[in-house]
This record gives sequence, C-alpha cells and structure tokens, in this order.
Amino acid sequence: MITTTKPAPRVAARAGTAPRARRPLRTWLVAGAAYLIAVIFLLPYLEMLVMAGRPNNELGRATIFPSHFTFSNFTTLWSGGGLGGSIGTSLQIAAGATVIVLLVALPAAYCTARHRFRGRTAFLLLVLTTQMFQPAAMLVGIQREFINFGLPPTLSLIIVNAGFNLAFAVWILNAFFSSIPVELEEASMVDGLGRVGALTRITLPLAAPGIVTALIFTFISAWNEFLVALTLSLGESPTQQPLTVAINNYIGQYSVDWGHLFAAGLVATVPVIILFAFIERRVVSGLTAGAVK
Amino acid sequence: MPAALRRLNLVRLAPLLWLGPAIALIGVVVLWPVVVMVQSSFQQIGGEGFVAGYNGTKNYAHLFNEPDFVSVLLRTLVWVVVVVAVTVFISLGLAQLFHQQFPGRRVARWALIVPWAASVMMTALIFKWALDPNVGVINVILHHLGVVKQLGSNRADWLGNPTSALAWMMGVAIFVSLPFTTYAILSGLQGIPRDVYEAASIDGATSWKSYLGVTLPLLRPAILVATLINVINVFNSFPIIWEMTRGGPGYETATSTIYMVELKQGDVGQSASMSVINFLLVIVIVLVYLSTTRWKEQVDQ
Repeated sequence: MITTTKPAPRVAARAGTAPRARRPLRTWLVAGAAYLIAVIFLLPYLEMLVMAGRPNNELGRATIFPSHFTFSNFTTLWSGGGLGGSIGTSLQIAAGATVIVLLVALPAAYCTARHRFRGRTAFLLLVLTTQMFQPAAMLVGIQREFINFGLPPTLSLIIVNAGFNLAFAVWILNAFFSSIPVELEEASMVDGLGRVGALTRITLPLAAPGIVTALIFTFISAWNEFLVALTLSLGESPTQQPLTVAINNYIGQYSVDWGHLFAAGLVATVPVIILFAFIERRVVSGLTAGAVK
Repeated sequence: MPAALRRLNLVRLAPLLWLGPAIALIGVVVLWPVVVMVQSSFQQIGGEGFVAGYNGTKNYAHLFNEPDFVSVLLRTLVWVVVVVAVTVFISLGLAQLFHQQFPGRRVARWALIVPWAASVMMTALIFKWALDPNVGVINVILHHLGVVKQLGSNRADWLGNPTSALAWMMGVAIFVSLPFTTYAILSGLQGIPRDVYEAASIDGATSWKSYLGVTLPLLRPAILVATLINVINVFNSFPIIWEMTRGGPGYETATSTIYMVELKQGDVGQSASMSVINFLLVIVIVLVYLSTTRWKEQVDQ
C-alpha cells in the first residue's frame, strides 16, 4: 500500500513488438510531452513571479513581460502591510495543528495497528468518515461553536485544522505501524529495552517516514486553509489574520495591489511547494488508504 | 468479585486511553458543529449572529422559495460532474505518460504537484489576474493570437459573463485537481504486475487493446477512490469561485457552498439550513463511497 520508490516497470515492455532501435525516439517523444506538460503546470506560478517583479508603473501595460524586474514589492511587503505578523499567525496555526495531530494520531494509529478490540472498526469508520467531510460542509456550525467558546481565532484555527487533518495522519501512521513486525518490538523488549524503549528506539524510528509525511501534510493543509480562516478571523487586524486571509487585503474595493499580492503569494507558496516535494511519493497512500489495497 | 470485575473493565477500557484524544478532537471539530448547525437551521439568527429565537421550519421554507435556490443546486451538479469527469479523463492520460521511463522523470513529476501544494486561493487569484480584461496575461496572449480583437472589450471580460466565467473556473478547478488524481492513478499503475502485460502481449493484444482490456479494469479501484475524493473536494470547493467571481453576477456563478457563505452574511439561520442540505448531499456521497469501496477489508486485514 505504501508507494515504493522503485521505478515502475516500463509499460513499453507490454508491446514487445516495438523494434529496439526505435526506443530512443519513443523515449524522446515521451520525455518531450512530459516536459511540456510540466512547464504548463508551472506557468501560472511563474506568472506570479513575473507579476511580483513587475515595476508598479507598468501594472497597467498590456505586455507579457515587464521592461525590467524590480525587488521593491518584496522589500516593501514587510513595512506597510505587516506581512510578518500574518506569517507568524500562519506559522502558529500550522505548527500548532501539526503538533496536536501528531500527539493525538500517534497513540490512536499505534493502538489500532497493534490490537484487535471491540469498537476498533467503529473508530476507524469514524476516522474515515471525517476524512470525507470538509469544514465547508459544516461551516456555520464551526463558526457558531467557536464563537461561543470565545477562544482567540488563532487557537480556534489550530483546533479546527488539527481535527480535519487527523484522518490522514491516522491512516498513514496506521499503515506504517502495521508494516512493522510485532516480533521486532517483542525481541527488543526481551533484549532489555522495555516497552517504552522498544517504542521510542525501534518502532518510532521505523515509522519515521510516515510521521514526517503526516507532519508535513498537516502543516501544508493548515497553512493553505482559507474558508475557516476567513470565517473566524474576519474582524481581526491584518497582522492577526493568517496569510491566506491577509493576502486578500491587497484587493481593494476599486483597485488591486497585484504587485504586493503576488510577492506575498510567492512567500506563501514557495516554502510549501518545497515541503510537499518531500512527501510527494507517500501522500497518495495516506489519502486513499481507507479504500485502496 | 469486584476487583476482578474492575480489572476486566480496565482492560476493556484501555483502548479508550489511546483513542480518547482522537475521539474528543473529532467530537469537538467535526461532530458537535453538525449539531450546532442543525440547531441553528431552526433558529432565527441575523447576520450579526444574535439568536432572535426559534424559527420552526421557516428558514427552510424561505430557502426553498429563493428564486436562485434550484438553479444553484443544478449548477452545483454540473460543476461537480464536469470538473470531476474531465479531471479523471485527463489524469488517465497524464498518469500513463508519467508512468513511462524517461530521463528527468522525477523533476517532471515534481512540477506536476505544484498546483496541489500551492494554496488553491493563490491559484485562483493568479487566474483572476490573468483574465483581467485590460492587461491580464491570458487576454494579452489571446489578443496577439487574434482571438480577442480588442483588449478591455466585453469579449475580453471573461469573468463578467456567467457562461465564460463558469467555463474558466471549471478549468481552474480541473487544473488544481489533476495532480492528486494523476498521482492516485499512477500509484494504481505501479501496483499492476508486469507479467500481466506480458501475458496480454503473448495473447496478441495491441497496446491500445491491452490498455482497455487489462490496465483499465485493474485501475478500477484507484479510479473509483480518486473520483470520490474529487467529488467531495469539488463539491465543497470554495476559493476558486469566491476569488474569481464571488458567485456573481447575482448568484449566476454560485455553487451551493458559495451560496451558503453568501447567505451567512445576511441571515445565518437560512445559511445554516443551506448547510444542512449541503451536508445531507455529502452524506449521500459518503454512503455511496463506503458501499462501493472495500474499506472494511482494509481495516480488518
């Protein structure tokens, strides 16, 4: 179920009829098509770079590229709009949600992977069901509940993001713990490590790839979350708003500050794209684990 | 034997110690909001959030009588069906392509995930800018190509016209759904043993025939899961339409999620009743999901 890194057998082998000499050409065609698609997927984000580097007096010009590039949008991000505060708020929300998810999901995933007990199936069904629900489906309920709690928006957003990313973490950790043989733990307990030692020195390190995947995935989805953030932090001062909401403050009633908006957008997206690359191979199994063998 | 009985109960309750925090978190964040939401849908609550009292089924009655209600639901259906169908179709091709061996495959695959990793809100804003009638880069390119005769004209105002706005927004929704779907199908492809293809080629199947006859049926579970996860995501999708048109003009490009958020600004009670209807629709989708997948085998293994 965990996607392996081993390159998959070449599908071209299926034909077996293609003459060997034509392979290089075919490989080139495949590579060319794949590179082209890769560039198309990157284009919108490269446009963000072009726009962030465009001098403000050229924003009204109908040209694909500006006459020259400037860094001024990046340097002025921090002074006026107070983007630093929003980054701090987003970091708190994403890091807080990640810590809670790990603390809550680790024991649950370990327990369901190692033991068979009454209610286990019901619990896993509950987890699977929550994965199918998104905050948008119950937004009014979330808003009214958390307004009644009277918590600061940042704390509310930490809890909400933790709750909606729990399922992914439980699934992927469950899969990793299940794949570690019980005998390994038992042997190390016999060797004098004890129960806690076996867990911390054998099981957790072996499950590290799953833990890292759960950690990064939760961080990114909390960092990118928009609807609940918008709902719960609407009346806050811009520096108290998470980045996704604060970026929208560059959209005025009559004009949009596109230069700063995209400079801030780059600050918001580039780090998570890099983080995502680390978990790219394993993230699918966490999302589809409940259903696919 | 009270002592033994207590021991037995403790053993029985031990899992609760491990699962308790998870159940509590799900309870607070997922289950209780549903209760609050259903309760709110029967209350009279203004845009400011003050409860003015019990409202019976008036919220629902008002909602059903809204002139936009039926068209919003129909639009949501079209939105989900078109976006998911086109996404899965294109992803099947992309997965097949990125499954091949070629130099630089890792880098190319990495580029593929970018729209998935980036926030959908940012992607929506990029396209909103690119479609600006006067200076948006898509319009500038279309102008060079001769498709848009005059920048700033009605023809260039794609997001001002409900039909073209919906088409572009569906395009963005497909764009951001492709990476996950392609990766899900790719992981399905990797699970197909090579000898299956060898057997097919011995039987004389051409590559297209072996794709239809061998690959596609074996991909069925992956396609099914990817489809259903996409249905949920696309149904609940908010940032694209919100950033690009706010559901306007009027409610002419709003799906039910956008409609619910728009209603919330004026009448929370009515918005809650729209939420309940959305929620029931999601439950239907989830039930279909659970009945068509083999989640239980997975759990019991």
